[in-house]
Amino acid sequence: MDYAAVVGVEIFYAVAVLVLISAGLAVIFGMMRVINLAHGEFLTLGGYAAIVSHQAGVNIYLAMLVVAPLVVAVFGVLVERLIIRWLYGRLINTMLATWGLSLAMMGAMTMIFGNTTTGIATPIAGFTFGRYQLSGYNLFVILMAIVVAVGLYLALKTTRAGLIARGAMQNAEMTSAFGYSPSRVYLITFAAGSALAGLAGGVMAPLVGLNPASGANYIAKAFITVIAGGASVVSGALASAGLFGVISQTFTLLTTPAVGEIALLVVAIILLRLLPTGITGRFFKGRV
Amino acid sequence: MFARDVLPALIIGVPAMFVLPMLFDAYTLTVLTAYALLALSLGFIWGFAGILCFGQAAFFGLGAYSFAIAALNMGSAWGPFFIAILVPAVFAAVFGALLFYGRLSDVYLAVVTLVMTLILFKFMNSSAGEIYKLGDARLGGYNGIPGFETLTIPWDPGEYLYDESLFYFAFGLLVLVYILLRVLLKMPFGRALVGIRENEQRAELMGYDIRLMKTIAFSIGAAIAGLAGCLFANWAEIVTPALFSLGQSAEIIIWVIVGGAGTLLGPVVGAAILGYTKFLLGQQSLIDNTFVLGVILILAVLLLPQGIFPSLVRLWHWLLARLPSAAPLRRRSGRSRRDKDV
Repeated sequence: MDYAAVVGVEIFYAVAVLVLISAGLAVIFGMMRVINLAHGEFLTLGGYAAIVSHQAGVNIYLAMLVVAPLVVAVFGVLVERLIIRWLYGRLINTMLATWGLSLAMMGAMTMIFGNTTTGIATPIAGFTFGRYQLSGYNLFVILMAIVVAVGLYLALKTTRAGLIARGAMQNAEMTSAFGYSPSRVYLITFAAGSALAGLAGGVMAPLVGLNPASGANYIAKAFITVIAGGASVVSGALASAGLFGVISQTFTLLTTPAVGEIALLVVAIILLRLLPTGITGRFFKGRV
Repeated sequence: MFARDVLPALIIGVPAMFVLPMLFDAYTLTVLTAYALLALSLGFIWGFAGILCFGQAAFFGLGAYSFAIAALNMGSAWGPFFIAILVPAVFAAVFGALLFYGRLSDVYLAVVTLVMTLILFKFMNSSAGEIYKLGDARLGGYNGIPGFETLTIPWDPGEYLYDESLFYFAFGLLVLVYILLRVLLKMPFGRALVGIRENEQRAELMGYDIRLMKTIAFSIGAAIAGLAGCLFANWAEIVTPALFSLGQSAEIIIWVIVGGAGTLLGPVVGAAILGYTKFLLGQQSLIDNTFVLGVILILAVLLLPQGIFPSLVRLWHWLLARLPSAAPLRRRSGRSRRDKDV
């Protein structure tokens, strides 16, 4: 019984991590049809922002939940203005340019922080559950993932900004005919996606040893979660994160973490082969 | 065909083979040649068949690993040489059939090829220990496989190919592959491939089986990448999972995009120049190598989306057209694929 509960939490945790790390990418891809291959480095940047500001004396929650998203959002604005906006509508070119950005950021962070691993302690202590030890911070991550998913859904579905964003996604020309500048909508969307990436990076920072190449650990998972999810931002990410999280965690518990990750990637390939437009291209069509 | 395609390659290639070792270190030249061959493989499938593979490093690594594993098991190196070409080709044929018969394209193709590379990378990285053994070869996880037999002169098993002789061998192969690809592109198959690149639907309506043709092209590209991997393994005398890494895949794409997709010579030149730049940058520690590569890729995409080589060619034509005496040049008609989506 206890064991089942622990396994359940572990699986929920795996799903939550996927939701968190892919939310920013899902917003940017779903709204703008832009694939940001530097997403992993955006997360890493968020992690560094959290760690550095915490070491400078900022409260850890403030560092993770406010400083990290802000820093990455500002950086995202710069990236959108300098690189992305020139390449709208050219999907492959955006992928290539952001891949270049990913390498450049990785190199820049190596020059700034050195090729070493840094980290901070988790702010929440573990507790015992029956005969097992559970990490309190994992529950916090699950909570954050729920907050992000619900918040994103409400923002897109109920607010005026969300309505405009969805409108621009469906028909950019019509939106601009109504007097909303698509360029501004895209800028804000990209900044919002970057902020989510920064938040995820900040929240993940205490869990992983952070080094300039950490982004590579996230990017593949975030990437396939979003692509396999399809065009709908929230329901797509939730559906594929649920599927992949359960699979990878099950294989991880049965064998080793490496096998878990490989299983996740293999399932992703099979899924994309069967549903080339992603899960929401086939099921839950037209949802947010 | 001979005068236009084979002869120029020989006229430039053969003297270059003998001049280059006088100017540069043969050891460096050998690895640059392997890189050039690798760039050529992606340049072929991307520039001429329109397949943007984000995981060409997978075939490179697969070639190198197949060579190392086969060499350890067979004790000689010439059998493994062919195995290193065959294994990636067969793998790509099966994998490509899975993709192209499912009509995956653009982003999805890019994602799936990227993911496949990651799977191989993760697997090879976690393959330390006794259970991961193929015959006599232990996969060795993160440390890779050292200590396999390398290529020898075929009629003299005691005489290893290394340094200059390995370079001559590699460069000869590069020229040979280049010529074969030029000839292939002039044949009906190559012509149809370019047709598919330009307009997939039209080619299909004209009766070409684009799924089969793409699969074959993908497999040819993988065979060349495998050959490059085999040469790399002979040069480095060790194979490690880093061959499969994302960084390696990115580098191949950078070579091709900087050199110019849509040409065969562009990627070769791009790989040689950028490979050498990387080598030079590796000798200092002020600026990070990855940073420079990334910036080059961003700038290339933003400023020279057609690549340096085609841009130079266009500049040349533009200058010619400006000269009053020059006869009006026939502009290449039609939009190329690169205008469309790259």
